[in-house]
Amino acid sequence: MKILICLSNVPDTTTKIKFTDDNTKFDETGVQWVINPWDELALTRALELKEDAGANVEKVTVINVGLANTEPTIRKALAIGADDAIRVNAEPKDAFFVASQIANAIKDQGFDIIINGIESSDFNGSAVGGMLAEMLDLPSVSAVSAMKVENGAIVIDREIDGGKEVLSIETPFLAVVQKGIALEPRIAAMRGIMMARKKPLTIIEAVDVQAMTDFVAYEMPQPKPPCKMVDADNVKDLVNLLHNEAKVI
Amino acid sequence: MSVLVFTENWDGKFKKSSFELVSYASKIAEMLNTSTVALSIGNVTEDELKNLGKHGADKILSVTDERFNYLENQAYTSVIAQAAAKESASVLVFANNNMGKALAPRVAVKMNAGLGAGVDQLPKSTEPFTIHKKVYSGNAFGNVIIKTDVKVLTLMQNSFMIVENQKDGAVETFAPEVNEAHFKTKVKDVAKQTGQIILTDAEIVVSGGRGMKGAENWGAIEELAEVLGAATACSRPVSDEGWRPHNEHTGQTGKIIAPNLYIAAGISGAIQHIAGVSGTKCLVAINTDKDAPIFEVADYGIVGDALKVLPELVAGIKELKS
Ligand SMILES: Cc1cc2nc3c(=O)[nH]c(=O)nc-3n(C[C@H](O)[C@H](O)[C@H](O)COP(=O)(O)OP(=O)(O)OC[C@H]3O[C@@H](n4cnc5c(N)ncnc54)[C@H](O)[C@@H]3O)c2cc1C
Ligand SMILES: Nc1ncnc2c1ncn2[C@@H]1O[C@H](COP(=O)(O)O)[C@@H](O)[C@H]1O
Repeated sequence: MKILICLSNVPDTTTKIKFTDDNTKFDETGVQWVINPWDELALTRALELKEDAGANVEKVTVINVGLANTEPTIRKALAIGADDAIRVNAEPKDAFFVASQIANAIKDQGFDIIINGIESSDFNGSAVGGMLAEMLDLPSVSAVSAMKVENGAIVIDREIDGGKEVLSIETPFLAVVQKGIALEPRIAAMRGIMMARKKPLTIIEAVDVQAMTDFVAYEMPQPKPPCKMVDADNVKDLVNLLHNEAKVI
Repeated sequence: MSVLVFTENWDGKFKKSSFELVSYASKIAEMLNTSTVALSIGNVTEDELKNLGKHGADKILSVTDERFNYLENQAYTSVIAQAAAKESASVLVFANNNMGKALAPRVAVKMNAGLGAGVDQLPKSTEPFTIHKKVYSGNAFGNVIIKTDVKVLTLMQNSFMIVENQKDGAVETFAPEVNEAHFKTKVKDVAKQTGQIILTDAEIVVSGGRGMKGAENWGAIEELAEVLGAATACSRPVSDEGWRPHNEHTGQTGKIIAPNLYIAAGISGAIQHIAGVSGTKCLVAINTDKDAPIFEVADYGIVGDALKVLPELVAGIKELKS
């Protein structure tokens, strides 16, 4: 079985978000780039399955749509344990653009399971996975919080609002994964970092696709009025404020 | 032309988010001078369907085919696209929840439509069609133009007020074409929460962090939730420790919620926790440390021991309600 993980390259989660050019561009100065946390967990789970002989996973590939500056992130995925990598050489314009590039790059490669994260922590689109599945005419399962192989069959936990479903599915399919898919992201060991340099990273030229959306401007959240403090001896005052002022109870 | 809204029911009753969505969709329909059509998949009584009319649905398409008892992304996508084609929908609206996130991107590709995911208000303009959404996990917002003729939107939960807007709400049975090849998953088991308020749908949430000291102290959180009709939540270390179930953890790696009131007891306010609750309208923090970062994002705060404050809060609210 061959597994593909779609990797998004995002600012580290503690980055202080700033913009330049009249709030039209994300300010990249001093930003640390990382593998999108969901994609890192997806990769971790794929590697766990590869180590499980019963799961019969022969190869784990990662793909990213990005310019050359995303290569350190891709190399990190190889260091963690992916076998090889693909980079589609293009600036990601929107989710439709990214999904179209991935669909084109992998259409004849016979991946059995394609995994996307639930959202990228920059644009929060929750979109690329579903779009890619539709473009490839593949079944998809979203909100996946666990994935196992049992007697050759894939068994998945799907979160629903207020509960969970356990379902089975045959390959090929696409999974959009979220919390639970792996507990802690795996980190690269020294040996992995050395080996990553020699692992294949194929660069594919982009196809000509128009984005369907345009980012025009960013806004910072409105500064919040300072927190109103209530004395711990007068908890009733808080009840009154919530009832009469905030009108939430 | 029309605005098509995809509604969801829970055991035959529409979720709060569905009324929110219909209210939202009918406002967009007003902006575009067109009508609102709601699509319901599942076993819902005519009376309950009619409730969508109260919030602005001119027409309701109801699909009751048993094959749709469980979400099957490809099959649902096909049904929605058929409904959209039949009603010449120019805008499709979904909730930005598990189901909406599973379906909206697929539907967008099927209909050659641009996707605006996670919008938190009405479009800023319809010409060009400009939406407003959170980016960078709530640390900023973006204005995005959707350039295609057909647009697909997912609306952040709790970001639009439910309004009464009585419309005709004519119920029409809809029998779409069904392709058996679209059914590829087999549901083997379902664990559904019953009786409790669903965290992502809750208007009030009471949440505890490591400052609550241990699972044995959660009685105070549960009691407060009970008197407020609230759902309970927690920070990540709390679910990692096994004090609370994993499905309660909110934050960047947990559930993202936007209730009207979020009460955080013994939670420090780490950026990853706040990412999950930044859409909250009113945030109350109870923390022994006056310098805890949670007070920077809170609307009301008490510096004090949560184990003492929570029971007093319960007593105060009981008094208010009586
Ligand atoms: C990639 C990544 C993703 C993460 N995702 C999440 C996430 O989704 N959700 C999440 O919650 N965390 C997440 N975290 C963890 C996060 O960084 C914090 O560690 C976590 O939120 C802290 O939880 P806490 O506030 O309960 O505990 P602590 O930080 O230990 O804070 C406890 C607080 O309780 C106060 N306190 C102590 N005693 C009392 C008392 N008796 N009464 C009142 N207050 C008291 C203390 O002053 C302190 O402020 C993530 C971290 C990383 C690196
Ligand atoms: N530029 C990209 N290259 C490869 N995969 C991506 C890219 N952007 C997003 N993805 C994948 O799509 C998921 C959801 O991203 P998004 O739709 O942007 O929220 C991510 O978790 C990745 O798996």
